[in-house]
Amino acid sequence: MTQRLPLVIFALVLAVIPLVPGIPPFWIVLLDNIGLAALVAMGLVLLTGVGGLTSFGQAAFCGFGAYTTAVLTTAYGVSPWLTLPASLLVSGIAAVLLGLVTVRLSGHYLPLGTIAWGIGLFYLFSKLEFLGRNDGISGIPPLSIGSFKMLNPDTIYYAIWVAVLVAALLTMNLLDSRTGRAIRALRRGHVAAEAFGVQTPRAKLLVFIYAAVLAGLSGWLYAHFQRAANPTPFGAQAGIEYLFIAVVGGAGYVWGGVLGAAIVVILKEVLQSYLPYIFGGQSQLETIVFGIMLVMLLQLAPQGVWPWLMSKLPFKPTRKTPDTSVKLEHRERAPGTSPVLLHIEKARKQFGGVLAVNDVSFDVNAREIVALIGPNGAGKSTTFNLITGVLSATGGKIFVQGKEVENAPPQEVVKLGVARTFQHVKLVPDMTVLENVAIGAHLRGNSGAISSMLRLDRTDEAKLLAEAARQIERVGLSDQIDQLAGSLSLGQQRIVEIARALCVDPMLLLLDEPAAGLRHMEKQRLATLLRQLRDGGMSVLLVEHDMGFVMDLADRIVVLDFGTKIAEGTPAAIKRNPDVIKAYLGAAA
Amino acid sequence: MNTTIMLFLLQDGITNGAIYALLGLALVLVFAVTRVILIPQGEFVTYGALSYAMLATGQVPGTVRLAVAMGIVAFALDLFFARKALHARLVMRSVGLNIVFPFALLGLVYALVGPHTPIAVNIALALLIVAAIGLFLYRIAFQPIAHTSVLVLLIASVGCHLALQGLGLVFFGAEGLRGPALSSAAVTAGPLRFTGQSLAVYALTIGFIVGLWLFFGYTKTGKALRATAVNRLGARLVGIRTTLSGQIAFLLASVIGAISGILIVPITTLYYDTGFLIGLKGFIAAIIGGLVSYPLTAVAAILVGIVEAFSSFYASNFKEVIVFTLILPVLVLRSLAAPQVEEEKD
Repeated sequence: MTQRLPLVIFALVLAVIPLVPGIPPFWIVLLDNIGLAALVAMGLVLLTGVGGLTSFGQAAFCGFGAYTTAVLTTAYGVSPWLTLPASLLVSGIAAVLLGLVTVRLSGHYLPLGTIAWGIGLFYLFSKLEFLGRNDGISGIPPLSIGSFKMLNPDTIYYAIWVAVLVAALLTMNLLDSRTGRAIRALRRGHVAAEAFGVQTPRAKLLVFIYAAVLAGLSGWLYAHFQRAANPTPFGAQAGIEYLFIAVVGGAGYVWGGVLGAAIVVILKEVLQSYLPYIFGGQSQLETIVFGIMLVMLLQLAPQGVWPWLMSKLPFKPTRKTPDTSVKLEHRERAPGTSPVLLHIEKARKQFGGVLAVNDVSFDVNAREIVALIGPNGAGKSTTFNLITGVLSATGGKIFVQGKEVENAPPQEVVKLGVARTFQHVKLVPDMTVLENVAIGAHLRGNSGAISSMLRLDRTDEAKLLAEAARQIERVGLSDQIDQLAGSLSLGQQRIVEIARALCVDPMLLLLDEPAAGLRHMEKQRLATLLRQLRDGGMSVLLVEHDMGFVMDLADRIVVLDFGTKIAEGTPAAIKRNPDVIKAYLGAAA
Repeated sequence: MNTTIMLFLLQDGITNGAIYALLGLALVLVFAVTRVILIPQGEFVTYGALSYAMLATGQVPGTVRLAVAMGIVAFALDLFFARKALHARLVMRSVGLNIVFPFALLGLVYALVGPHTPIAVNIALALLIVAAIGLFLYRIAFQPIAHTSVLVLLIASVGCHLALQGLGLVFFGAEGLRGPALSSAAVTAGPLRFTGQSLAVYALTIGFIVGLWLFFGYTKTGKALRATAVNRLGARLVGIRTTLSGQIAFLLASVIGAISGILIVPITTLYYDTGFLIGLKGFIAAIIGGLVSYPLTAVAAILVGIVEAFSSFYASNFKEVIVFTLILPVLVLRSLAAPQVEEEKD
């Protein structure tokens, strides 16, 4: 409840403002505009700041919302409240169509694509006959409850801000959930998230739709606030401005969107009313100041105003520690009882002219630690990527528990009980250790976006967090559980990755250089942990360069050189193998 | 369908497409070197075109004063960032580039301006002004954040566009301007008449495509510029001056933008905000070219020009809609063809 206290106070303050005697009506209009912009910006926070998908085209979705209600209420006489679901639906469907096309785009193609369809839709709005062309549609009826009509800025004020607060609450709930963690992992690339079963294209589409629906809601409110809709507020310029709002406020923070909206709307008003006095009558001067300020802001405070404000707070919000007594059910295991857990038969991977993995075959049995060693560039990590489905093999077969994995995507491989860590650590640095590890348990929960928003996911969520906390304790990082993953040393981050992999409840653990960056004592602790895991029934396949560590720990060793398997056997045999010595030390040795 | 109409539309489309190609090339160039998606490219077009048009009527365009002001800011930034290690050579270089150059330009403009100044002089002055603005724009807006992500650079780029477009209104007013033609020569071939103007457009476009392609593919400097884009740190370690690379890219892009503007302003009336739309069509071409390929960008630009010409004839109301949605199928194809590469973003 303490976490909700600031929100309740904020809501009460907002509720009282219009009742204060003598408050200029103009202020209320400004607050209305802030609320409308905040709704769009909040969607952008989720889309851009959290999900890493930049859109310059959100204004077009406002247009879908506004025009839907405008057409339905004026041409068909539908009641404004009934058009709300229609408005949201139309913006949502538009988002699905545009999203299917655009969210798969990598990096900079997405923002460019959104600029293009943002402009295209603006021209469409301004040319279509039934949308009133450039003049738009006027005479939209006001919102009303019974006989009470929200005709004035101070009555629709409540509708707008209730929408903002509800949206903020739902958005925060969503971010603090299983789906939310998947969304937050998107920004750091898709490989890590997919390795734990996150359907990244679906998650991207989800945030895209969510942002569009919020924009559609803003557009619907705008239409009933202005009682008219024309193309101008839904053009490219407006789309750019919304992104500006999110960046100013702090693109990664829900309240950053609201704060950014307040700053930008007020600033715009001040600039528009005072600049002409200073520079004499010229219009559009505010855009110059705006542009310059945007550039300066990116140079001076690229994180936005909200995180800067929060860091000035004398107290820090406390996090709840998960109750580790809650049990999470084990992953359903395939009934296969084959003693061979992983069987690789002539796996082959070719990158253009380079043969990275050349017909490599080996097995990993149940309750066994197998090490994959070899000089740099021997194809070890590529082999890992073939097993986990990150790369598709050029040839050969891979079986997990006797079942062939036919180039299945990573999301399917992890379902077979194969979990991995990465050579180059892939954690989300601005999420806590607990949240990062909980991504590992993604497939063991089942709450979706809607139930998360409505907080119907709490039992499911408690189980996932409890499991994550247990695995963190198991690897010995309980003291760091609430720290941001990015603040840990590289060695500790590798251990966090192991905890995340353990959250899968795996049969087989693939560790890519787990001991790199660890101190001697830490390596010993890691070895002890891995032995415990093996004795508990798990198998481990690891790539490692620290020979002392490998020789001590592994039951069996497979040696690769230039993509080809040159030896396999017990540590003692490998130590004496002339081919291995030659590969590592050169022919003369 | 009438063949003559079709030929006219094709000619029109190719002429416009050639301009888009020039802009698309500049965009690819800047992106390849600095990773900046240059939204203000359109402003280089309008600044070049309208500065030239104003010079032709004997007026001093406000852009030259902007160049001076930006030079001063750039100088201040140079001093500020080098405050720990100021030495005479660095200060002299900065004074020369940021103070002497724009002030000399200002003096030159005031000395030469007049209703009877030759066209070639006006063109040269307009190009120099926009070149200075392009150069200083990189120094002021992008050099301090050159190491950040493509997204941050893109947003900064949008900020520059807003500021420059607003300033364009101050300098040139809301009325459109037209400039005098570069030459009155014309060639007739069958039903088509090729003006000297459109021939200049074709020649310059082809020249730039070939030039840039050769420069980036086959010269050491060109390869150094590309290396900067791929890995700034690595480029610096092998001795490439990365800030210089960025400045060269912006210089080239602003000159190309200004040339495009000067080429079209005798054909169509340009307004202070026309550049944005023209630039964006260059973008569509650049995106089709994947922001890396010069020849593909040029072909795509011609295609955009032709589609635009035909749609303005058959569905003039939806011309812009058609041109801008042209990008969507391209993006779909690109996304289907694009390999799943992991990007480390921040």
